[in-house]
Amino acid sequence: MPLRLAAKWALIAPALALLLLLFITPIGWFIWESLTELGSLEEVWLETQAVLGSRAILGAILNTNGIALTVTVMVLVIGYPLSYALSRARGLAFSLVLLCIVIPYFTSVIVRTYAWMVILGRNGLINQILLGLGFVSEPVDLLYNRTGVIIGMTYVLLPYMVLTLYAAMKAVDQRLLQAAEGMGAKPMAVFAKVFLPLTLHGVTAGSLIVFILALGFFITPALMGGPGDIMMAMLIEREIELSHNWPVAALMTIVLLGITLALYALYGRVSDKAEGGFAR
Amino acid sequence: MIGPTLRTAALQLLVVLLCTAMLAPIIIVVIASFSGDGYLKFPPDTLSLRWYVRFLGDPRWLASLWNSFLIAAMTCVLSTVLGFLAAYAMARGTFSIRKTITALLLMPLIVPHVVTAIALYFLSARFGLIGFKPWIAVAHSVVALPIVLVILQSALKVVDPNLERAAMIFGCTRMGVFRRVVLPLVLPGVVSAMLFSFLTSFDELVISLFLAGIRAETLPVRIWNSLLLEVEPTIAAVSSLLIAVTCAALLVEWGVRRARERTLATRN
Repeated sequence: MPLRLAAKWALIAPALALLLLLFITPIGWFIWESLTELGSLEEVWLETQAVLGSRAILGAILNTNGIALTVTVMVLVIGYPLSYALSRARGLAFSLVLLCIVIPYFTSVIVRTYAWMVILGRNGLINQILLGLGFVSEPVDLLYNRTGVIIGMTYVLLPYMVLTLYAAMKAVDQRLLQAAEGMGAKPMAVFAKVFLPLTLHGVTAGSLIVFILALGFFITPALMGGPGDIMMAMLIEREIELSHNWPVAALMTIVLLGITLALYALYGRVSDKAEGGFAR
Repeated sequence: MIGPTLRTAALQLLVVLLCTAMLAPIIIVVIASFSGDGYLKFPPDTLSLRWYVRFLGDPRWLASLWNSFLIAAMTCVLSTVLGFLAAYAMARGTFSIRKTITALLLMPLIVPHVVTAIALYFLSARFGLIGFKPWIAVAHSVVALPIVLVILQSALKVVDPNLERAAMIFGCTRMGVFRRVVLPLVLPGVVSAMLFSFLTSFDELVISLFLAGIRAETLPVRIWNSLLLEVEPTIAAVSSLLIAVTCAALLVEWGVRRARERTLATRN
């Protein structure tokens, strides 16, 4: 039953009010108050230059983008075959593969991070195996450095990629693949010329989502990284918790939010285009 | 035909390996939690329940478990009610700015939780709301709402508006249509929404970290605080509990969906 004008707005108003009062307004207010604390516009500009010019902050911005990019590539390389298998599997095999993706997906990020800390530690499982097989003579440092951060974040973000790619692969018309095969294309050619191009929008969408989420990561790099792996979200938290430096935190937030929202807008365009393409 | 078979076998092997790698960390934590050793070690030399005994015997851990449960229950109710109303409005009403509304409603999923958390902290500190549990639940609802909306919007898509029209023609009131037609049809969706909003809050760390203070320390916050000190085995027991809650929620959700499919199948 279609809703009258007043009714539909009355129904949606509570949800919108929650977001306006507890999400949009606080973010705006926090940035505004923190920056006006500095004084005039000129002083804000000077502070901005000082902050963005500082080594620590520039380093964090570079680190964040570097880590997010590496993680996105890792997640894509691991996620693509996994999604392919999921889109092809039937019955019990499908349920099992799905289970292996969904259970970690809904497990708390801190639990998943802790799990990898147990595995990668100096006397963790990986080091025991490496030592036992004689590949190394002393434990390898896999934790509290970049390797740990990449492994942990890849694990946490993989389900997002797999579920996005799965949707794209499921939408591929199987008859197109059969047609290519029927006309004599080799399996590799069917993949490279038909399947891959048809799933490319999923690759773009999944990569964007993973990259966006990786940019704002906090828990995993804070627990698994070393002193050289400070990411932007961690720096913002430190500015507030340790040094109570609200203006710097606000400036960092603007940078982080700016990149995130720009990429989100791009994501919106990519997924719009993909939908348009399939809505024949 | 060796080529294709070999390729399939290689892919299968790869998938088995990847699936194992996905599940292994979780299984390892659960096994490690039953360790009888004095420090965290995998595989454990002896098995025991000592870390569970320590967890359940520690008033601070228990208090954080209770806090988590309370906050998650409040979040679940609030976000599902608000989400249902909004999803219904989106499904049955026409909005000229639908895209803007959708983008706004999904925004909390995209904006880094640290940003949301700090902004809420800034607000809460001014009004003395740090450590107030219902307030933390309201804050958690901000991030749970988009999840509820996505689930309920797809659940409502299945409900034919003509069924609602028919009921109204036969003299049913708006409330009657809601109670007798809409709600029974979307009930599985509502159950999923409730479960996943509960899980979102129960597992949430970053917002709680800023808003909990000392009074309302939740389980993830307590894990975080102890992890900064050492990787002690009690955390493995607590983590196993969180994993069990996740698995239970997924199982219930799956059960509800199965039951619904079966009733639909018998009716047809």
